[in-house]
Amino acid sequence: MSEHLSKQFDSELDSIRAHVTRMGGLVEEQLLGALNAFGESNQELSKLIVERDKGVDEMEMAIDTACANIVVRRQPTAIDLRMVMAVSKAVTDLERIGDEAKKIAKTTRKIIERGSGGCLTQILQVRHMGEQTATMLREVLDAFVRLDFAAAASIVRRDKEVDQHFRAVVRQLITYMMEDPRTISTALDVIFIAKSIERVGDHCKNIAEDVIYIAKGRDVRHLGLKGLAREMGAE
Amino acid sequence: MNPSHSPIPISALPVKAEVRDFNFHYGAFHALKDITMPLCERKVTALIGPSGCGKSTLLRSFNRMHDLYAGNRYGGEIILHPDQTNLLDPRVDPIEVRMRLSMVFQKPNPFPKSIYENVIYGQRVRGVTKRSLLDDKAEEALRAAALWNEVKHRLHDMAFALSGGQQQRLCIARALATDPEILLFDEPTSALDPIVTASIEELITELKEKVTILIVTHNMQQAARVSDFTAYMYLGELIEFGYTDEIFIKPRDKRTEDYITGRFG
Ligand SMILES: Nc1ncnc2c1ncn2[C@@H]1O[C@H](COP(=O)(O)OP(=O)(O)OP(=O)(O)O)[C@@H](O)[C@H]1O
Ligand SMILES: [Mg+2]
Repeated sequence: MSEHLSKQFDSELDSIRAHVTRMGGLVEEQLLGALNAFGESNQELSKLIVERDKGVDEMEMAIDTACANIVVRRQPTAIDLRMVMAVSKAVTDLERIGDEAKKIAKTTRKIIERGSGGCLTQILQVRHMGEQTATMLREVLDAFVRLDFAAAASIVRRDKEVDQHFRAVVRQLITYMMEDPRTISTALDVIFIAKSIERVGDHCKNIAEDVIYIAKGRDVRHLGLKGLAREMGAE
Repeated sequence: MNPSHSPIPISALPVKAEVRDFNFHYGAFHALKDITMPLCERKVTALIGPSGCGKSTLLRSFNRMHDLYAGNRYGGEIILHPDQTNLLDPRVDPIEVRMRLSMVFQKPNPFPKSIYENVIYGQRVRGVTKRSLLDDKAEEALRAAALWNEVKHRLHDMAFALSGGQQQRLCIARALATDPEILLFDEPTSALDPIVTASIEELITELKEKVTILIVTHNMQQAARVSDFTAYMYLGELIEFGYTDEIFIKPRDKRTEDYITGRFG
């Protein structure tokens, strides 16, 4: 993309993009931290994740303000407008991913404090979901930086798999609960955690759709996978 | 708000005028090249583009202002619907054309006459003399131009006694008094302050209930605010024409995008 006549405008947009990347990095750390705390039953790490969520919220507000300022001062159009609008939506999704990480950490603390049913934290499918969504998050942040809409489209498609894993996890945990009612409290907590992970996948998908909007100017939400394929093929 | 994903195709909309394969030469200088575009009926179309790209030249071709100079050459057609009159046909009387299309310029240019005489000028040219008809026309046009309440008690004062914004609305009233089918605006607010500009933009939006409007503007936000369609011109060519929303959100041509986002070409 060539430069603006106004250098100041260029540097304002660059600064917003840089902030989104930093916020994305922080959210990724939070998510990985929360998943590790859960997998390793690490009380200290859970606490840390909960405390650090404030930082994510602050970044969201700072970026939103910067977007509003650009709209007021520069009246962005075309690619610039799409960028500012998409950033302001994407940071909301990033902030929500941060919230899900915090929830995972809090629930982990509950499980550790309860002290029973710890084996349920070792369910393979949950770990798998965690790895899958962490990868989606890393890749969608990458796609955002490079405005790579093909990569973004593949992330949108992958969200379905996370949803399937979630349903499998629920089925598996129900069998544990039926076998041994003492596991019910912890099994429910693990379902909450799996649900949080599943939500992270949804947010990654939303951000991927924002990337496609910036790059192609097309709103691909609610199109379904067939519609998405059609849009990506167009032009 | 239009909830549907894709807007109505432009080709399906009623058309008031059509520019077809239009070329224009100022002597040896080829100022407009193969321009083809519609003016959709009772819509506002904005012409944007860098200084010298030919916006005013195109606008002026509509009311045959270039006829005044020998050496200027037209090619192609500008068709006015529904009667399919080719405005450029030498057999078409330019005075008649100017009754059907009225022009408002960048700087308000009232005649050195009273407010009243300015408004009914076109009627006088047409030979209307009946006082009551002229009075009615003056009031109607001044009301349509949102000026009536400010001047109704001083209709016979000189037009120059009005403020800049009032003078511009007077020129709009004068343009409206001939009941034109198309209004042509060449940067109508560039000499006016933001408040007056906002009121003229408001007026343009009201006027399109009745007339088709073509407006040249250097103010990109103004184009985005008032127009339904936007044409981007560059070096005498029409680069892109489309719905204003599309041009300002996702233009198809990189040159359009560079221009409206303020980038180096
Ligand atoms: N009377 C004339 N004789 C010769 N060339 C002319 C004449 N009027 C305009 N031109 C040239 O034709 C080209 C288009 O001029 P035009 O006035 O239509 O541009 P414009 O897009 O309206 O520019 P601006 O935004 O500065 O008003 C320019 O290169 C200009 O120099
Ligand atoms: Mg001009």
